Amino acid sequence: MSSKAQRQPAAVTFLVVLVLAVWMILAAFPFLWTLWGSFKVEGDFFSKANWANALTGKLTIVETGGVFTGDGYYGAWIQEEFWRAALNSTIVCFFVVTISLTLGTLGGYALARSTYRYAFWFLLAALIFRAMPPITLVSGYLPVFFQWNLWGHTATTIIVLVAINQPFTLWMLHSFFKNIPAELDESAMVDGCTRFQAFRNVIIPVMWPGVITTGLFSFLLAYNDFAVTTMLLSKENQTMIPKVASFLGTTQTKGNVMFAVSSVVSVTAPLFLMVLFFQRQIVGGLTAGAVKG
Amino acid sequence: MKHKPFFWFVLPSALAMLCFIFFPIISVVVQSVHVAHEQVIKVVETCDLFGCKESTTVDQDATDALRAERPLGQFAGLTTYADINHLAIDEVGDNWRQSNSWREFGSQMLNLPFYKAIGFTLTFTFIVTPLVIVFGFIIAVAVNAAVQKIRGPLIFFSLLPMMITPLVGALILFWMVDARGIIGATLQYLAGDPDLSVKASTPLTWIMLMVYGVWHSAPFAFIVYYAGLQSVNQDTLEAARVDGANRWLQIRHVIIPHLLPLTTFIALMQLMDNFRVFEPIVSFSAEAHATSLSWAIYNDLGGETRQLSSAAATSVLTIIGVAILLSPVLVRTWREFDRK
Repeated sequence: MSSKAQRQPAAVTFLVVLVLAVWMILAAFPFLWTLWGSFKVEGDFFSKANWANALTGKLTIVETGGVFTGDGYYGAWIQEEFWRAALNSTIVCFFVVTISLTLGTLGGYALARSTYRYAFWFLLAALIFRAMPPITLVSGYLPVFFQWNLWGHTATTIIVLVAINQPFTLWMLHSFFKNIPAELDESAMVDGCTRFQAFRNVIIPVMWPGVITTGLFSFLLAYNDFAVTTMLLSKENQTMIPKVASFLGTTQTKGNVMFAVSSVVSVTAPLFLMVLFFQRQIVGGLTAGAVKG
Repeated sequence: MKHKPFFWFVLPSALAMLCFIFFPIISVVVQSVHVAHEQVIKVVETCDLFGCKESTTVDQDATDALRAERPLGQFAGLTTYADINHLAIDEVGDNWRQSNSWREFGSQMLNLPFYKAIGFTLTFTFIVTPLVIVFGFIIAVAVNAAVQKIRGPLIFFSLLPMMITPLVGALILFWMVDARGIIGATLQYLAGDPDLSVKASTPLTWIMLMVYGVWHSAPFAFIVYYAGLQSVNQDTLEAARVDGANRWLQIRHVIIPHLLPLTTFIALMQLMDNFRVFEPIVSFSAEAHATSLSWAIYNDLGGETRQLSSAAATSVLTIIGVAILLSPVLVRTWREFDRK
């Protein structure tokens, strides 16, 4: 829009192109490099002789006969049972997102419609809770969970992640509901609906854009979490991120660091697809909080 | 909305936060003033041909019984806070008396685990946050100047470093910085030192962690600024142009003031997130050179012996840090609300 009004001098154009080119390399290159390297053997990905070996795959050809090898993926997914972690991650993410959104829509709606002072205090408390580093909370959970035998179960972790998720979900949905005109549900109540009926029949049909955006961020929080999942899950219930971390401890010595590399690529792939398909919603969600204050 | 429906609507999420955020904070505080029971010692007399001897052994049953009866342990007051792994009051006092210069005092302090952690955490927070804001702004202005058609892909790739799991993103960078990786090899070539290792040097490790921090968070500032740039008043910009403002002056006097409220929002979010820096330290296995408060808690909780009291004390100190960091924002929000 500004390009029409003013022609850019060559120097400015050059500067813009330079900044964008450098940033694109910084942002995208590490991912491409790791994706490419995950199909090589360790001797190429960490090449003592020449880093260009990672591109040409010199040792990969010697060791496996092809330019690309799926050994890292086979080792991680089958041998080290990464599929189990992937399954656990799916379960945890699914339940965290559904429960977070159910609780969050109810709470966020009420907070958006209440005009009393305590609604403000509630939101402020949520903001303070949002600032707590999750690991400090974990040190509060452990003794209690040990004593009541709650430690290690997937269900416990799901509930904990839902709770840690709540402050953010509430803030976000609260600002989305604020944008839905209050006249909509008030007129339904004038017609004889109760508050809950108005919510169910009038608000739920129009709330999906906001809920989808919030759900994406709930998903990210559950999927990316390391502090809670590594501390609260037993070995067989482990999700993908602690599993990747455990590869670092055990496999680096065995010389199977490629298991970690391939599992890192496997963890990244779903996030990549998510950004690809939901870019508009993510950008909208990130800015919603800022623009509305 | 009336009180009663409000109560029922917020009840589930309030309960979740109460049970899993508020109570744990209380639990952490309580735990931090207790320590584990000492083992119960009993004296056993054993007699043989050469007479009787008294020996002491650990009474396992009595110890277990005591631990089961009072799982919190014994009350210890603030001793955990004062010990060498936390505020280390005695050691700090010794350092203060013995060291001759500020420099020496500082380096002595960084040998104490808690001060080492808080030193890195604060440095990280207050260096990464401004850099994120500056880089995010530059990228936003550049993307905004790009042709409409390529903005979509530009935003897509820009989002990646932020969306990636912190642990995984840090690992990707760590492998590239490895002495046998592409960046590590390039650095060795540039420095002309074939033995250069980022992992082995404290300053380089700190720099690497901060570079990661900026890489990870700059997209967030970028997106927020980019959205802000879409709503710059074109008339004001036009007027500035007519008055002869060049590009820089337009940015300085029209765009930056417009984006200022967004900057406080970004700064707040970044301060909160950077203060909890944790995953990169695990990924980079940087604990020998840099630790953070969150990492210290993680370290206490993990491993063979779970040092719950020690972790709890560090947690309380961390929460106090968060409160101090957050207080200006809270005071401001309160005043604004009062005015309304």
